Amino acid sequence: MTSRWIRITLAALTVAGLSACGDDTKTASPQPSVGSASSAATVTGDVTVFAAASLTESFKTIGKDFEAANPGAKVTFNFAGSSALATQINQGAPADVFASAAPANLKTVTDAGGAEGTGTTFVKNQLVIAVPKGNLKGIKTLADLTKPGVKVALCAEQVPCGAAAKKALDTAGVKITPVTLEQDVKAALAKVKLGEVDAALVYRTDAKAAATDVDGIEFPESAGAINDYPIIVLKKAKNPAGAQAFVAYVLSDKGKAVLTSAGFQAP
Amino acid sequence: MPIVDKAGEVAPPRRQRIPLGLLVPAGLGLLFLTFPLVGLLVRAPWTTLPQRLTEPGVLTALLLSLQCATLATVVCVLFGVPLAWLLARVEFPGRRLVRALVTVPLVLPPVVGGVALLLVFGRRGLLGEWLDTTFGITFPFTTTGVVIAEAFVAMPFLIIAVEGALRGADSRFEEAAATLGAGRWTTFTHVTLPLVAPGVAAGAVLCWARALGEFGATITFAGNYPGTTQTMPLAVYLALETDLDAAIVLSLILLTVSVAILAGLRDRWITSP
Repeated sequence: MTSRWIRITLAALTVAGLSACGDDTKTASPQPSVGSASSAATVTGDVTVFAAASLTESFKTIGKDFEAANPGAKVTFNFAGSSALATQINQGAPADVFASAAPANLKTVTDAGGAEGTGTTFVKNQLVIAVPKGNLKGIKTLADLTKPGVKVALCAEQVPCGAAAKKALDTAGVKITPVTLEQDVKAALAKVKLGEVDAALVYRTDAKAAATDVDGIEFPESAGAINDYPIIVLKKAKNPAGAQAFVAYVLSDKGKAVLTSAGFQAP
Repeated sequence: MPIVDKAGEVAPPRRQRIPLGLLVPAGLGLLFLTFPLVGLLVRAPWTTLPQRLTEPGVLTALLLSLQCATLATVVCVLFGVPLAWLLARVEFPGRRLVRALVTVPLVLPPVVGGVALLLVFGRRGLLGEWLDTTFGITFPFTTTGVVIAEAFVAMPFLIIAVEGALRGADSRFEEAAATLGAGRWTTFTHVTLPLVAPGVAAGAVLCWARALGEFGATITFAGNYPGTTQTMPLAVYLALETDLDAAIVLSLILLTVSVAILAGLRDRWITSP
């Protein structure tokens, strides 16, 4: 009996180990700039930041830099689709800062009384066509995605990358029948990485972060669907001083440098 | 609940005090399991319910869910019952390891299961690439893909239930059949299977319920597209992104339908041995 349970436990551990390994792409980060923050006074305590999935790589770097500049502070991130984050915040999830991939999701929070104002736009992001490395299907334009035999993944319209994709496709007058509507931008990108689809519309920053597996193809129509990323300190923040300092750090030149090197555009 | 004996007659109720040590935890357990349902019911947008129920897409997702969960259960029974028999009745080296491996989908986070399925059955997967180039068959983004994902996640429930039933069944009947000249196949179909039918039914119900609620492996392996792969749990998740009320309504529909079906089946099919 005992040995049976040991075997089961071992099997479970192996599986858990395997699943932990499968995530290495997310930790690829642009060059970390270590240094002290420009802000004079340092802050302490835990700062909980809810941030859009597309900010994963750059915010992890910014978080490390912020902690280095404020030795007493610890930043914890919750990365997910902006709309899921907004729902979590409105349901009382403990967050100090919300960085959304679109103003609409921030508005959901402010409408529910979770924060005041419209936040500060700290970056803009633009869509590109992500194709598996090598671009075997020779996709060059948005119209190429309508060709028969080209499998396309889009984000669902409920999440910002899907809303942006719809806007870009509408302005271009291109009608695509995707094979799937993914729950967030990273899921759409994963389908490209695995070669299950021939193309997906993702943010430029996501394509850049996955540059080893994915080529990003710019298309002019994406200019019509640029996403503003607002950041805001939440009313119920447990650590308002830490939250303010983190937002200031994101908006500082050091924060901007990290974001730009990840492919974001200045607002 | 009156006590029913084998002849179907109601035995006179024996008034015995239920031990508090059982009653209290049982009550707490029931509360814990049903409170989230109460939460959904309290928060449900009852006034706009009629419009929301008739919204396009709801019925499509519901029918797809029922259809896929049922097909997945059929697949699980076809492959799971023989596997359970093998585990319960045949001594072979590495049987313990095989039994542990059968439970892998239970411990695997479903999303990881979906990725694993992609790595095998995906367009560039170990088998999928060959299937695609040779026969032009691909599973991701198809309804078949949904059935595969659900069967993968739900099959252990069936196997564990059926294996338990087989181990509990009196093997003397099988031995008697063998001494009377029945082969292993005849014994299996004519003696073993009728003997463990309640266990198979219980396993199939568990399996169906798990398949119906499947989310992670489905969205990862089969994707999400209305009409082909968007089952109710996927629709609920995406509704949650923008509209909590819609998500609650969808959840309630799924719960009502599944509880109705399960309650309807339970008394008729599942008699505890």
